[in-house]
Amino acid sequence: MSSRETVLGRVRRALADVPRAERPEQTPLDRAYLRVHGRRSPRETAKLLAAHLTDYRAHVHHSTPESLPETIAELLARRGSRSVVTPAGVPQEWLPMDVEQVRDSATLTPLDLDAVDSVVTGCAVAVAETGTLVLDASADQGRRRITLVPDHHICVVRVPEQVVDSVPLALERLDPARPQTWISGPSATSDIELDRVEGVHGPRTLDVVLVGAQGWDAPDAT
Amino acid sequence: MSVTYLGMPPFPEAAETSTRDERLRGNLRHATRTIRNKRAGAVAELADWSALRTAGAQVKDRTLRHLDHYLEQLEASVTAAGGTVHWAVDAREANQIVTRLVRETGEREVVKVKSMATQEIGLNEALARAGISAYETDLAELIVQLGDDHPSHILVPAIHRNRGEIRDIFRKRMGRWGRPAPEGLSDRPAELAEAARLHLREKFLNAKVGISGANFMVAESGTLVVVESEGNGRMCLTLPETLISVVGIEKVVPTWRDLEVFLQLLPRSSTAERMNPYTSTWTGTTDSDGPRDFHLVLLDNGRTDTLADRVGRQTLRCIRCSACLNVCPVYERAGGHAYGSPYPGPIGAILTPQLDSMETGLDASLPYASSLCGACYEMCPVAIDIPEVLVHLRERVVQGGTATVRGQRTTVRPAKGHAAERAAMRAASWTFDHPRVLRTGEGFAARARRLMPRRLPGPGRAWTDTRDVPQVPAESFRDWWRRTRGPSASAPAGDSTTGADGTGQREDTR
Repeated sequence: MSSRETVLGRVRRALADVPRAERPEQTPLDRAYLRVHGRRSPRETAKLLAAHLTDYRAHVHHSTPESLPETIAELLARRGSRSVVTPAGVPQEWLPMDVEQVRDSATLTPLDLDAVDSVVTGCAVAVAETGTLVLDASADQGRRRITLVPDHHICVVRVPEQVVDSVPLALERLDPARPQTWISGPSATSDIELDRVEGVHGPRTLDVVLVGAQGWDAPDAT
Repeated sequence: MSVTYLGMPPFPEAAETSTRDERLRGNLRHATRTIRNKRAGAVAELADWSALRTAGAQVKDRTLRHLDHYLEQLEASVTAAGGTVHWAVDAREANQIVTRLVRETGEREVVKVKSMATQEIGLNEALARAGISAYETDLAELIVQLGDDHPSHILVPAIHRNRGEIRDIFRKRMGRWGRPAPEGLSDRPAELAEAARLHLREKFLNAKVGISGANFMVAESGTLVVVESEGNGRMCLTLPETLISVVGIEKVVPTWRDLEVFLQLLPRSSTAERMNPYTSTWTGTTDSDGPRDFHLVLLDNGRTDTLADRVGRQTLRCIRCSACLNVCPVYERAGGHAYGSPYPGPIGAILTPQLDSMETGLDASLPYASSLCGACYEMCPVAIDIPEVLVHLRERVVQGGTATVRGQRTTVRPAKGHAAERAAMRAASWTFDHPRVLRTGEGFAARARRLMPRRLPGPGRAWTDTRDVPQVPAESFRDWWRRTRGPSASAPAGDSTTGADGTGQREDTR
């Protein structure tokens, strides 16, 4: 008998008390929990996202589609970055001319990526309640490794359309077949006396640019 | 092969030493208090916590009641997504499978994400015997590995070490495994973390094989989920060409949607954050993104035996958050090592003996490593009634009975060392059934009360080491009743209704 048969046989014998006719959906499951914690306007949701990102030591910046290249250029300059890697779906126009641009491709090795200063990507969805950015390897986000090896990540979030309130709402928008990375602040550890240290193996600096059309977040827009 | 470490003494012996270690107790007091307070804040943010907790328990119960169905579904979806599924009945088989898979790649080194399952099966040791070096990449696991030590906490395995000890370990040992610690390394946590970053970086960038566990496996989509903080998980899951994940069969959840429950429960219970810094999900393999080969090793190793026990089954809901450790008064004083396995604290006290079929003296002592205060149950995000399981396992220790051991219904004998307790309980039970004997005994005890020692002799001494012998009153309740109400009072004194042989009659309890 194969180990597969052994294990499944043991599972079935162990469950002798479960009626044979019982289907999984017949066991009780009460999803009485909330889909969203609180009621917010899109503007309030974006504000909460910014607050929670900041809370976990990401740096939040605001921009408009027109001024985005300027914002990115400034962030790269502030950091002193001389090279930046981007996935195919990030428009070339986002990036300043005076920085070496590396387009991601399957031929880039981890060591190549290690030599690059920064990475610029979009995101799939952002979660306000938890301060989370989700990347799902779409064209403007690229392979998982490009947002991992370089030490500086600039992530562009389109507000309000890419921001949801909660984890349940984020999962609804995502396709499990795509590889995903959920990012909540830069990498961190609390392994030494529970003292939080930001920046271990992932990018030690995370800049988040919230991009919205001019005036989208004016109070009367709600 | 047992889940407990070789040669570990029973819990009380180990705890006798560890509770006297002032430094350990200081480290633990600080750590558990800090994280308890943080967790309370993180949980208080969610008004629906108790509804989430109920749903978490229910999703797990649904899965466990139909585990065969979900495992087959998972196998099919992982395979369809390009992964290869292996089944391991026990630790030995899992280690053999992983060793073979690594050998087939031709590599002699692997990088590892912190994983409870691979700790449980002793994978690193098994790989070492096959000439393969496994590098732990979680900072705390690295500290444990470099220090030739055992983990003492599920979430923060090096919690028993303070910064000075960690600096010493890094200075002395890093060089043996790879890049040495920087000159003049101080004991500042940020500097220590930087030393670990540099030490591990070259290993990540050159790694060809990664080994992980998983926090969740989604049956419907074949998606695996790893929740972490440092980015070492992402490194191991995405840079190597081959990824091998060893996961307990109870880690499956039915649907992608079910993650909405656990991705809220786990981080807040575990690290006490709204969300942990990094969560990775992957489904089989993806062209040019991440490993080309993905192997999933589904591990039983005592889980089906645990599943067969209707009281013990709930143990398999555990999502390894470690909230129960941080509130446990016994854990806080005894420390993780006294539990003798990778699973310390309240969850370890019920999980280890069940995975092990209670085969070692340590296993039999673990259900007693508790004051039954119930704080663990209250904290548990999937509502495992740990005290209930502890008491149930104590029954098994003392009385034996039927249990499933390696898939077979077996009559288990009471554990060694409980003969006196069992004899005493049996004698007590017989005596309570025979009122005349009870009365005679009580009268005798009352007359001899001044002769009662403060500490019991012989095997009873262990009991009185930490307790006072109860005082025997001058008069038993039954004698008092008789004296004050007279022999004809509607007697709870059973004698009048008891036959001459004294059998079969219970006291009237009205």
